[in-house]
Amino acid sequence: MEPIITRHIGTPELWRLDTYRACGGYETLAKALQEHQPDELVAMVRDAGLRGRGGAGFPTGVKWGFLPKDGRPRYLICNGDESEPGTFKDRLLLENDPHQILEGLILSCYAVGAHLAFIYLRGEFFLGARRVQEAIDEAYEAGYLGRNILGSGMNLEVLLHRGAGAYICGEETGLIESLEGKRAYPRIKPPFPANIGAFGMPTVVNNVETLANVRHIVAHGAEWYNRIGPERNRGTRMWCVSGRVRKPGVYEVPLGIPLRELIFDHAGGLEEGRTLKAVIPGGSSSPILTAEEAMEVDSDFDALQRAGTMGGSGGLMVLDDRVCVVQSAYIISEFYHDESCGQCTPCRQGTGWMTKLLHRIEHGDGRPGDVDLLLSMGANIFGRTICPLGDAAVWPVESAINKFRSEFDHHISEKRCLPDTESIL
Amino acid sequence: MAVQLSEAAQTRITQLIKRYPTPRAVMLPALHLATQEFPYLDDEVCQAVADLLQVPMVDVKGVATFYTMFPTEPQGACEVHICFNLSCSLKGARRLLRRAEQQLGIEVGQTTPDGRFTLRGVECMAACDKAPMLYVNDELHGNVSEEKLDELLQQKSSGE
Repeated sequence: MEPIITRHIGTPELWRLDTYRACGGYETLAKALQEHQPDELVAMVRDAGLRGRGGAGFPTGVKWGFLPKDGRPRYLICNGDESEPGTFKDRLLLENDPHQILEGLILSCYAVGAHLAFIYLRGEFFLGARRVQEAIDEAYEAGYLGRNILGSGMNLEVLLHRGAGAYICGEETGLIESLEGKRAYPRIKPPFPANIGAFGMPTVVNNVETLANVRHIVAHGAEWYNRIGPERNRGTRMWCVSGRVRKPGVYEVPLGIPLRELIFDHAGGLEEGRTLKAVIPGGSSSPILTAEEAMEVDSDFDALQRAGTMGGSGGLMVLDDRVCVVQSAYIISEFYHDESCGQCTPCRQGTGWMTKLLHRIEHGDGRPGDVDLLLSMGANIFGRTICPLGDAAVWPVESAINKFRSEFDHHISEKRCLPDTESIL
Repeated sequence: MAVQLSEAAQTRITQLIKRYPTPRAVMLPALHLATQEFPYLDDEVCQAVADLLQVPMVDVKGVATFYTMFPTEPQGACEVHICFNLSCSLKGARRLLRRAEQQLGIEVGQTTPDGRFTLRGVECMAACDKAPMLYVNDELHGNVSEEKLDELLQQKSSGE
């Protein structure tokens, strides 16, 4: 199938307005502003069944529908804080095709009635920030932003807002706090951002790839979108494949294709002589799959959930037979400890303890009972924190133990990795 | 006289305050501007930002110390940030980090005595298709071998 979102990626200077327009850019916006009422766009996105591409996979149209109709100003935030390890699709869009994101964002603002929108970019996207700012400036100049957009009467201001290096800003309420100029401590929900979000106003937070999808749904209709992917899992996904594959990269494919196809056809499979050991399918927080499980599962949200894991942010990491699962779990655990915002004790303390224990097991100082202790720590963090970072820290470690228990036990009894392992530490 | 941001930065901040719903929301943009103008954000710089945003200095300090991109101590002219998360580690990032320590004669987290380099192991930078990757200031380098790292450090230390 032809890619949809990434169709024009590779076109020289696609980030310029002229190039984007030559690829049909902003035609959808012009048409929609003339022919559709905002509610029709909300219905279209809802009927298309679009699910958020940032991590949780929540239906976008339903999220929009939560906004109360009480006359307060509404804000839309594009979440471009892409920080989940293994994920790099939004960077590709932001750097190469910023106008596509803008067009999706303007359409979404029209649909939900927002007159002020923010594009929150992770601080380290230096090139992305330049390209997005240039695109915003061009869009103002051309009348796609500002007052009375294309003569429709719609007003919209867009501000590019750069983060400054904090994973937790990807969590929507952490992001909102950060946008308000504070430490990014996630908020207790409810109230949900749809009711009390940024600056106390109803707020929608949508991922970059999600907004890009909106543009195509509006262009071609819900029925067209419903022909791609299995039921409840419509559209394509930009998978980010990395780790031990020949061709790491972003591959846009219809939701639901077998995971095996992504790894072995699109990403070129493994290096000569290596065999698949495990796959982390949806960013580092998603529970690990054994090779057997990965070879059987499909790539849509629901199939991955049935397999006990998740599509998450689309960051698929491939481990081959030379990789030590304990080392991998340690690296992931270290990340969540480092990025815990410090607000909730179980996460702030627990992630540190888990990391220390994994370090000890990996370095040959593990004691009998340590593996069960890890599981019990996980159980005491899980579900006991304000935001899902605590859960995200537990999933990879708990699943690694449950599926590769003998490898952990081997470290404790033999004080070293399995034979034929190449250390990644 | 108290420390102040440049006039251009102050004008920019004033303009932004008009566009955001609250002055405080201009915090991160203001701290990014301050980071460009000062070697690091000490109490005086935080006070200058606080005055512009009309918020207490402790609020600025609290934010400045939360985010890793705001330096609270002097940094080297070249900040070498090597990603050491899983995808990059699977491609040898941690070997690269040790190589950089050796070449620069410092440990991760330190700055060379001549103030030229600061070395850091950093978390995923969303460029895992180019693993192992690193940033030198805002320049991204991908698929970095040990030889390429040596060359890069050589180049940067000769002032290019």
